[in-house]
Amino acid sequence: MTAKLQAATLHHLPTAGAASDGLKRNPGQPLDLGWLEAMRHVNRSALERRVQTLTKRRSIKADNQAAWLLRSISLMDLTTLSSDDTPDRVKRLCAKALNPLRGDLVAGLGLTGRAIRPAAVCVYHPFVATAVEALEGSGIHVAAVSTAFPHGLAPLETRLAEVRASVADGAGEIDIVIPRGLVFGARWQELYDEIAAFREACGEAHLKVILGTGDLATLRNVMLASMVAMMAGADFIKTSTGKESVNATLPVGLVMVRAIREYFERTGLFIGFKPAGGISTAKASLDWLVLMREELGRRWLEPDLFRFGASSLLTDIERQLEHHLTGRYSAAHRHAMA
Amino acid sequence: MNILERYDAMEYGPAPESRSEADRWLAARDFAASLFINGEWTRPGASKTFETREPASGKLLATLGEAGAADIDAAVSAARKALPKWQALSGYERARHLYAIGRAMQRNARLFAVLESLDNGKPIRESRDIDVPLAIRHFIHHAGWAQALDKEFPGDKAVGVAGQIIPWNFPLLMLAWKIAPALAAGCTVVLKPAEFTPLTAILFAEICARVGLPRGVVNIVQGGPEAGAAIVDHADIDKIAFTGSSEVGKIIRKATAGTGKKLSLELGGKSAFIVFEDADLDSAVEGLVDGIWFNQGQVCCAGSRLLVQEGIAERFVEKVKARMTKLRLGDPLDKNTDIGPLVDRTQLERVRRLVAQGADEGAICWQPDCAVPTEGHYHLPVLATNLAPANVLAQEEVFGPVLAAMTFRTTDEAVSIANNTRYGLAASVWSENINLALDAAPKLKAGVVWINGTNMFDAACGFGGYRESGFGREGGREGMAEYLAAPMAKSADLAPAKAVEPTAASDAAGIDRTAKLYIGGKQVRPDGGYSMPVTGAKGRLAGEVGVGSRKDVRDAVSAAHAAKGWASATGYNRAQVLYFFAENLDARADAFAARIADLTGASARASRAEVDLSVERLFALAGLADKYEGRVHQPPARAVTLALHEPVGVIGVVASDDHPLLGLISLIAPALAMGNSVVAVPSARHALVATDLYQVMETSDLPAGAVNIVTGPARDLAKVLAMHDDVDGLWVVADKDACRTAEAESVGNLKRIWTSNGKTVDWMAQPHDLLLPRAVEVKNVWVPYGD
Repeated sequence: MTAKLQAATLHHLPTAGAASDGLKRNPGQPLDLGWLEAMRHVNRSALERRVQTLTKRRSIKADNQAAWLLRSISLMDLTTLSSDDTPDRVKRLCAKALNPLRGDLVAGLGLTGRAIRPAAVCVYHPFVATAVEALEGSGIHVAAVSTAFPHGLAPLETRLAEVRASVADGAGEIDIVIPRGLVFGARWQELYDEIAAFREACGEAHLKVILGTGDLATLRNVMLASMVAMMAGADFIKTSTGKESVNATLPVGLVMVRAIREYFERTGLFIGFKPAGGISTAKASLDWLVLMREELGRRWLEPDLFRFGASSLLTDIERQLEHHLTGRYSAAHRHAMA
Repeated sequence: MNILERYDAMEYGPAPESRSEADRWLAARDFAASLFINGEWTRPGASKTFETREPASGKLLATLGEAGAADIDAAVSAARKALPKWQALSGYERARHLYAIGRAMQRNARLFAVLESLDNGKPIRESRDIDVPLAIRHFIHHAGWAQALDKEFPGDKAVGVAGQIIPWNFPLLMLAWKIAPALAAGCTVVLKPAEFTPLTAILFAEICARVGLPRGVVNIVQGGPEAGAAIVDHADIDKIAFTGSSEVGKIIRKATAGTGKKLSLELGGKSAFIVFEDADLDSAVEGLVDGIWFNQGQVCCAGSRLLVQEGIAERFVEKVKARMTKLRLGDPLDKNTDIGPLVDRTQLERVRRLVAQGADEGAICWQPDCAVPTEGHYHLPVLATNLAPANVLAQEEVFGPVLAAMTFRTTDEAVSIANNTRYGLAASVWSENINLALDAAPKLKAGVVWINGTNMFDAACGFGGYRESGFGREGGREGMAEYLAAPMAKSADLAPAKAVEPTAASDAAGIDRTAKLYIGGKQVRPDGGYSMPVTGAKGRLAGEVGVGSRKDVRDAVSAAHAAKGWASATGYNRAQVLYFFAENLDARADAFAARIADLTGASARASRAEVDLSVERLFALAGLADKYEGRVHQPPARAVTLALHEPVGVIGVVASDDHPLLGLISLIAPALAMGNSVVAVPSARHALVATDLYQVMETSDLPAGAVNIVTGPARDLAKVLAMHDDVDGLWVVADKDACRTAEAESVGNLKRIWTSNGKTVDWMAQPHDLLLPRAVEVKNVWVPYGD
């Protein structure tokens, strides 16, 4: 079946040269503290007001809602990051990624002939090879969390080795974490150097930099860390590991997408954004899509520039899509688990 | 489009709010009987009607009966009849009524919102998330005030019957701002909504009936200017509260002059939105969206003048433009609409005309390339750049989605441009530097200042303007005071002041003395070069004083404005000066008592008592100089609102003949205590008391210009002060005609005016702090926080 499908989500990641649609991979910039200085003015209460109204200013109904929820699926990094993960569970996850929707939903929504699937499957290093094998030929990427996930507190050499090992196992995307202490200490050069080193270790694989925003205490720290990560060559900036006590929140997301916009305005380069952790409802995913569309534009609703890190979101979307078709509220157990 | 096409397009598509309940409501009503008078739905006597239409489509919503003078009369007598019982209810009982209204509104919140959007054209997001919840909040908040009055305003009574006229931009919210405090105070009301937007007031009246509000407490009449004028002119109304244009506000000021009606006016604005280079620029852009593109810019406090610091101006303007392209114009009932239609074709034409004129005068008017519905009174958002402060778009209130952008270099320049307007309603200050923001806020002539925010409102925080944006506050403690009155001691009519010619020559021993005017800390001769006699009680010439003229008043006002140090002095500083003033007056108490006895014929004992009380009053107000302070509100948001007491500015005071020293001190002392500077016109008949007084002032460290004394014909000088548009406040104790004239002539700049309304004021009996509330403007500075 896979071969016949026109894979809507089969996407190319930006490369060093300009890709077909003109997206050029971020080569990074020398660290410029002046950029940080210019971006340090972040007003939390104004940001909170913006996100409060943002989600009330836009509403997506009926067929559009179904289409937007399908979009959420296509922007998903379907994730399992449990300490008790097993190869079988990862295989199950991959199978779900390949067939995210029940056949009746695919038919009912008129999706036959077009694969709408998560953009990637995200796993710990030991399961990279399993996932690569399971997803071979599907166009679904394999992402590995890396660098002493979720805290980043291991010697740099071992963290670099970890990145290289995952790349060697076939991961196309590497989600690294930063040591939060470098942000609190305003050790920007060190942070920059570490991220740049990870970028180099990634080679062709894409680098997603997890800021651990729930640990960073202030939105200003989030803004400054975002700018440093992009200057150091991040392809994506990502909110959270999912292990912090506070995960992806809209105010944090707003700060990060504004950082991305600023970087774009300064360099012309497109940086991707990945909120992760705690996004488990279809409605919440729509809020994030609205945020992206309003603050960055339509272009940022493609999987090369936006991802959800999510594990249970897909199930809720399936239930909503079923409701869209049938008018009946569904139950999680009526849809195949990951 | 099929779902896959939608998947590729990722457009929002329509998200309509259902109007079926609202349509059902409209269909079920006989709008010919549109007047809610004494709890009955009444047809107007003259069977005149007017239409209200949907701004989005021009379709007819309802044809309503239009009230004429006779109907207003009926409404006022219903309110009058209901007043005693309503007033006699306990605060708790009135609180329960207000609470019931608030809760019933909450139960019908969505119907209110849909009706409001249908009638006014505002996006449903705004009516649903802002207007209606705030209106409900107002009633529930004021339920508390009803019960707290005895403790918070001891002795005060409801003003009586309130006539309230509200505009079309926030029909339900303005209704709430008017009715909630009135009912809490124990007033009964006759309220007239705007002709364009009558509907939510009708639903509100139904709710009043449903929750068992006593008949006649709330009367709602429908109609246009004729009905409005009938309310303003009605002799049996005690208080007029108006929200609307400055133009109409001035007409009302004039019409109510001399009637003794209490008046509050919420008028227009041309509010500054100041962005400093250390602001969170993206957030400031969003602030603008909430500031000037909220309700299509049809907001009195809209941040319509953007002032950006030079270094970031270009970048900021680009950000604003980028944001403007994301605004969606469309059906107000669509949940994705940011900008709905203007309320009426006339309003659309006005905005178009002003934009064209602004462009003619050299402004570059930029509009985004957004889709505009073909039907309905839509206007694209406009960003006007390249304009001088003289441009019509920088001066006039457009009341539409038009932003005029200018740049500034320094904080001082920003403040100067911001204050370069006849209005003074609101301002926004954007800076991440709290030192800068809290430095700028007090310098801005505006009743509300939002730091890093805009258009934030709450029932607990007063709202209202400086200058020609009106006077009085709505919301909070100040708002309650507008519907309350302290009982005044019984007083007699004040006869017009008459010059008394001496019948005998002076018998003063010693060296001849020349009393002068006292202007800018100097004794000066009157500009006209004339003097007039001051006659003692026994008819003998007591001395001569200068005949001050309009030019002397002009000089005195300039001197008063120059005395800026007094306003910025600390309260403790001012207290010490006033204490010293009292000390020095006390040291000369015998001389003053003798002077008073000689001029007025009062007994030695009574004269001495007047001097002693004058000293005591000065002493009391010295003590209050650092105590009559503002408050801190905690609105339901992560913000504090600082209700600052600021001096009004230059206050003219006109004293009457009785108690010539105490009457003058009672006017001057509260003004000075709060940091105002004063141009005083003393009793002409007993002017030597005042000219003696400046010698005391000279020895009391009062800075030059803080008090200026212009002797002369009080009536004439009062009128000159009233007509002086750089005088910020005017207090007049005089005969009826002089008071009426002063009130009528105060319209030029809508100076804050208080008169004795032709009555004497028993200064011996009044509390020391009688005029303190009049000596301050309350400025609400919103400071959101969080890091």
